[in-house]
Amino acid sequence: MIGVQHYLTLSAILFAFSIAGIFINRRNLILLLMCIELMLLSVNFNFIAFSRYLGDETGQVFVFFILTVAAAEAAIGLAILVVLFRNRRSINVQELDSMKG
Amino acid sequence: MFFHAVLFYAFATVLIGAALGVIFARNPVHAVMFLVLSFFQSAVLWLLAEAEFLAIVLVLVYVGAVMVLFLFVVMMLDINVERVTGGYAKYLPLGIVVAGLMVIELAMIIWRYSGEVVSASGFAVMPEGYSNTEALGAVLYTEHVYAFEIAAVILLLAIIAAITLTMRHRQGLKHQNIARQVSVRARDRIRIVKMDAERPEGEGQS
Repeated sequence: MIGVQHYLTLSAILFAFSIAGIFINRRNLILLLMCIELMLLSVNFNFIAFSRYLGDETGQVFVFFILTVAAAEAAIGLAILVVLFRNRRSINVQELDSMKG
Repeated sequence: MFFHAVLFYAFATVLIGAALGVIFARNPVHAVMFLVLSFFQSAVLWLLAEAEFLAIVLVLVYVGAVMVLFLFVVMMLDINVERVTGGYAKYLPLGIVVAGLMVIELAMIIWRYSGEVVSASGFAVMPEGYSNTEALGAVLYTEHVYAFEIAAVILLLAIIAAITLTMRHRQGLKHQNIARQVSVRARDRIRIVKMDAERPEGEGQS
């Protein structure tokens, strides 16, 4: 029987993978953004599981807003990325050190 | 209900595989494709949890808009794949250790306390004729209407920010200025000169 704990475990695994992805792909800015998307997805899993478990739609409304904010975040983040690439010709995180003291 | 569990485990397995593909793919385009796959699997899992509206929103908005935007940006930027993904194995042990620790901790907490709280019967059964979209809309437009309006403002802000960030003012471009075109008057453009009619040279003799 699939219950809330299965969904929570799945979301924990997804969250841990996206954290590992941030550690592994430390150089590529675009992969970091993708790992953040994956992290938001796993958080949404938690919200949906608890919303169904408690029989309360507020959790799903929250997922709706998270999706909205994540879409805005992706749009602005990618715009910044494009400007950065235009100016620096690189999206390697370790080369972006012009503000380093 | 057994079929339900089989579906859950099948789609969860593919989802975890797709997540692994996202973080291990060498080519960013492949990573975006794996991310699209993982979003599709999540949509199916949300359907299994009877969150139909959000599942469809995930496919339409996320896969249809955000992931396509990612794909556009990845393909537009001419990334040197080898140089960016170099030093890949350096952080791999650290990442695996952190991920393993997090999974073990979270799973222990979830399964330790879920036995007391959660009954083994899974999710509550919804009544006949229950519509997830209708219920969500009833809450969204009444209780959470201010949050809904703020979300609209956030999306507008994202549009404006993305356009202003990426717009370039290049020099030497020819463009129309509609306001100046409309407000121009005839006497600014042509000058009427009074003068006597002149006979061109050589025309009188012939």
